[in-house]
Amino acid sequence: MAGLAYPPDRASPRIADLRSSYGLFIDGDVVEPASGRSLACVNPATGQTLAEVAEADQRDVDAAVAAARRAQDRVWGRMPGRERARYVYRIAGIVEERARELAVLEALDTGTPVRRTREVDVPEAAATFFSYAGWADKLAYAGLGPDPRPAGVAGLILPWYRPLLSLARQVAPALACGTTVVVKPAGTAPLAALRFAEICRQVDLPPGVVNVVCGGEATGAAVAGHPGVDAVSVTGPAEVGRRVAAAVAGTRTRLSLEPGGPVPLLLFDDAPLGEAVEAVVDATVQPPFGVAPHLLVQESVHDEVLAALTRRMTGLRVGDPLDANTDLGPVSTAARLRHVRDLVTGAEADGARRWSPPSDLPDRGYWFPPTVLAGVAPAHRVCHVPVPGPVLPVLTFRTPDEAVAMAGGGGYGPAAGVWSGDGSRALAVADRLRAGTVWANTSHRSDPAAPAGGYTGYGPGQRHGWEAYLAV
Amino acid sequence: MFVGGRFTAARSGRTYRVGGATVPLAAGEDVDDAVAAARAAFAGWSGAAAYHRGRTLYRVAEALEARVAVFSAVGVGADELCLAVDRWVWYAGWADKVAQAYGRTHPVAGGDLTVSAPAPVGVVGAAAPADAGLLGLVGVVAPAVVVGNTVVVLAAEADPLPALALAEVLATSDVPGGVVNILTGRLEPTATLLGSHTGVDALDLTGVDGPLAARLEHLAAARAAVVRRAPGPVDWRADPGTTAMTDLLRTRTVWHPRGT
Amino acid sequence: MTATVPGLVEVARSDPALRTFLRGLGGIEPVGLADRARRLAGRSVTGDAEARALDLAIGLVDLTTLEGDDTPGAVRDLCARARRPDPTDPTCPAVAAVCVYPALVATAAAELAGSGVRVASVATAFPSGQAPLEVRLAEVAAAVADGADEIDMVINRGAFLSGRYRQVYEEIVAVRQACGGARLKVILEAAELATYDNVRRAAWLAMLAGADFLKTSTGKVRPGATFPVTLVLLEAVREAAATLGREVGVKAAGGIRSARDALRYLVLVDAVLGADWLHPDRFRLGASALLTDLVARRTRVAGGRADEPERS
Repeated sequence: MAGLAYPPDRASPRIADLRSSYGLFIDGDVVEPASGRSLACVNPATGQTLAEVAEADQRDVDAAVAAARRAQDRVWGRMPGRERARYVYRIAGIVEERARELAVLEALDTGTPVRRTREVDVPEAAATFFSYAGWADKLAYAGLGPDPRPAGVAGLILPWYRPLLSLARQVAPALACGTTVVVKPAGTAPLAALRFAEICRQVDLPPGVVNVVCGGEATGAAVAGHPGVDAVSVTGPAEVGRRVAAAVAGTRTRLSLEPGGPVPLLLFDDAPLGEAVEAVVDATVQPPFGVAPHLLVQESVHDEVLAALTRRMTGLRVGDPLDANTDLGPVSTAARLRHVRDLVTGAEADGARRWSPPSDLPDRGYWFPPTVLAGVAPAHRVCHVPVPGPVLPVLTFRTPDEAVAMAGGGGYGPAAGVWSGDGSRALAVADRLRAGTVWANTSHRSDPAAPAGGYTGYGPGQRHGWEAYLAV
Repeated sequence: MFVGGRFTAARSGRTYRVGGATVPLAAGEDVDDAVAAARAAFAGWSGAAAYHRGRTLYRVAEALEARVAVFSAVGVGADELCLAVDRWVWYAGWADKVAQAYGRTHPVAGGDLTVSAPAPVGVVGAAAPADAGLLGLVGVVAPAVVVGNTVVVLAAEADPLPALALAEVLATSDVPGGVVNILTGRLEPTATLLGSHTGVDALDLTGVDGPLAARLEHLAAARAAVVRRAPGPVDWRADPGTTAMTDLLRTRTVWHPRGT
Repeated sequence: MTATVPGLVEVARSDPALRTFLRGLGGIEPVGLADRARRLAGRSVTGDAEARALDLAIGLVDLTTLEGDDTPGAVRDLCARARRPDPTDPTCPAVAAVCVYPALVATAAAELAGSGVRVASVATAFPSGQAPLEVRLAEVAAAVADGADEIDMVINRGAFLSGRYRQVYEEIVAVRQACGGARLKVILEAAELATYDNVRRAAWLAMLAGADFLKTSTGKVRPGATFPVTLVLLEAVREAAATLGREVGVKAAGGIRSARDALRYLVLVDAVLGADWLHPDRFRLGASALLTDLVARRTRVAGGRADEPERS
């Protein structure tokens, strides 16, 4: 008997309702950029332009900050928490209503498979707004002091990975606190923020409370360094965080960092194998911070784990992000693809053994197959440079001490994973990892009720989470 | 009356007249039914994700808000409805925050990971405050259920219709049957039945005062049930604080060693 | 798990050895397992592929009636349906087997003679298994004598849960012998075993004892088949194929009512074991009402009236 076939189950890109061009969103209106310049927003699955997006320069950032300040002073900062809550609840409701559209939009913009954006990113974004809405009139109970006052105006620098969810995680607490925001999405993934601007209009959010200024590094620097901004919140790769920290040094500006980075996954010999391997594979194809995880496996189970990994990866479907049956989409940009290729070639030169399942990669777009690099040593370059693609370096350790030392080699740490059937060991190891979040025997999940953030911060006045949005 | 997600008459068929309407008169068997329904619903409701409870209760608030005419017909004016909805929304937003505000870890000697988290007490018996209308009812029901308890509440004896209108909203909502049960009848005998029922884990005496409250406390003491005492004269419009929820929570502390 | 074939059979020689072996099987993290099962079963099958999958599913059904009020007439009707699930469409495939109580095996065998549809009989004091061993074995022999091609037995859950693994093992071996040429399906009754670790242990016990199929449930206790339990069994047979050198089948039974769920089980089997396992010698769906839904869905899909694909 013939087996099963899985024809594409494709969502139509028309669901995303894209326009050919997008302006900036300042003071409640869509406006042309002062320079008249725009950037092409590209679909990584095809290499084609999705839309032209306005590029903001210093003048636009000045206007946005001024609008945010006016809105803060006159409206948002004075509004009772209960009323702010109403707006944020409505935003949550609209995100839920427009879930399908947002899921397809995110898949087009970032190359993330639509099954993931539909099942995880969009619902969690809605839940984030919903959860923080409830805090708006309960700040006195949040452990932040008896009468927390808003910080004022916050600049938000968003990452190129999971842009919608990152926007929710930064904007929602800011609004709950009574702070107004100037959002600077990543230059290569601006569409979620621009669609969010439309949602703000849909709920009649007072003008200036949320502003969106698109652009690249220069725009980000203009926002982060702006004297009119009271707080800056950054989610993104470490070097972005470092630049922003440098920009606010010596000022009164508060800083909040959620740095991306590689996630070390420690797999001990008594780990529940099937579940651990699934989590490792999932982290490789959908890395939580855009950058490949590292697998640190106890040597005695190395071969068994590798066999299970390669078997699981052989079943992955690489292809059109809009196909519900796709497990892995493209790398997010051409530049990142080149970088991934270089790093993998370099790893092989260093002595790693490379394996990928046979994959039919499309011709157009920025594609890289899921790849295991076995025989990687801590000294190899691939361990020290973030790999923005589906590549899994595999290292071995013998003892828990060695595993911890290897895991800490990266310095800063947004997160780590520990797999061991022994709860005591899992918790003890978790306690010693320099990581903001440790997933012990569970997949890399997030939740609006749980904090996220780097462990080793840098930069002056760094706050955790939403303290940056309050004048505490 | 509203028991286990359905509207029912009293088992005895007895009724009483109030405000031009005829409503069921609850007796012992009705209290039994209601407590059994609340018990059956507890595992699912308390086991549901906190976020899910909050979302479900928020949708109830949206439905309440849409029923201005229905509530007006039972004597709840637009202003009072608005306040009641605000209060309900306030409580709904607490669902996923109580554990954050009141849970903690303890740095014990020996290094165990020791975590305390609030847990709902179980089935709560309560009486809607007399003369406080829908707002008072919400102030007693919402805090109990948002943290995962299930509730059997006696509608105000002299003004039960707002409670039944609330029941209509609950009946068509996602709130599982048995989470909120509403009985109508005479306060003293019904409260006493509820207070002595072994299936009730906690009594909320907010809507009860004087000698009756004392008697109910004695009944509760006899079976070590939790009691939330009436907080004195309540301004239902003011920020209620969190005691209405925390009084109906227990703390569970779990210890787990950490060592390689 | 890299023991050689003779080495593995050794572990059944004594209770302590068996206990050590079973306890030494890898642990399962239950929340992660449920996520994995949902994900592995989640591929969508649309269009023509769905039509073919439905035919495949129908051909894997053990059409079942296990009621106190089963009569020969009812069983004859069931057998007619088994041969021709869609009376209006002769292209609809027949099911794999019918499954009945021992008293009705002869009726079923007569009705199905020459049809290619197998006769499976429950036996061993189904569903509880709470009868003396000699009575259970006599029941098996009687069903086989009446024409049963397959026997669906229940394991002794009481013995299993009290740790008497060797007893459970020996009983399965005895039933296997009593089956003669008939094939043996061993029902684990996963719901009563309570944990996934226990399901995995019972699966290995059954395979060591000679089971031809592992079956999730009797269908008389809720929950019946679930995706996580079925995943545990599929992975156990995959590993056994490598280490015992034998291919054991899996039957998911109990509570599978919709065509959508049936296809998800097929997707799960495909993901874990590959297309070769979607064959009646290796995979079955035990159900009664399911066949109606499969046929109905098949008709809708064929008639082009399926506007929404049946997917999760």
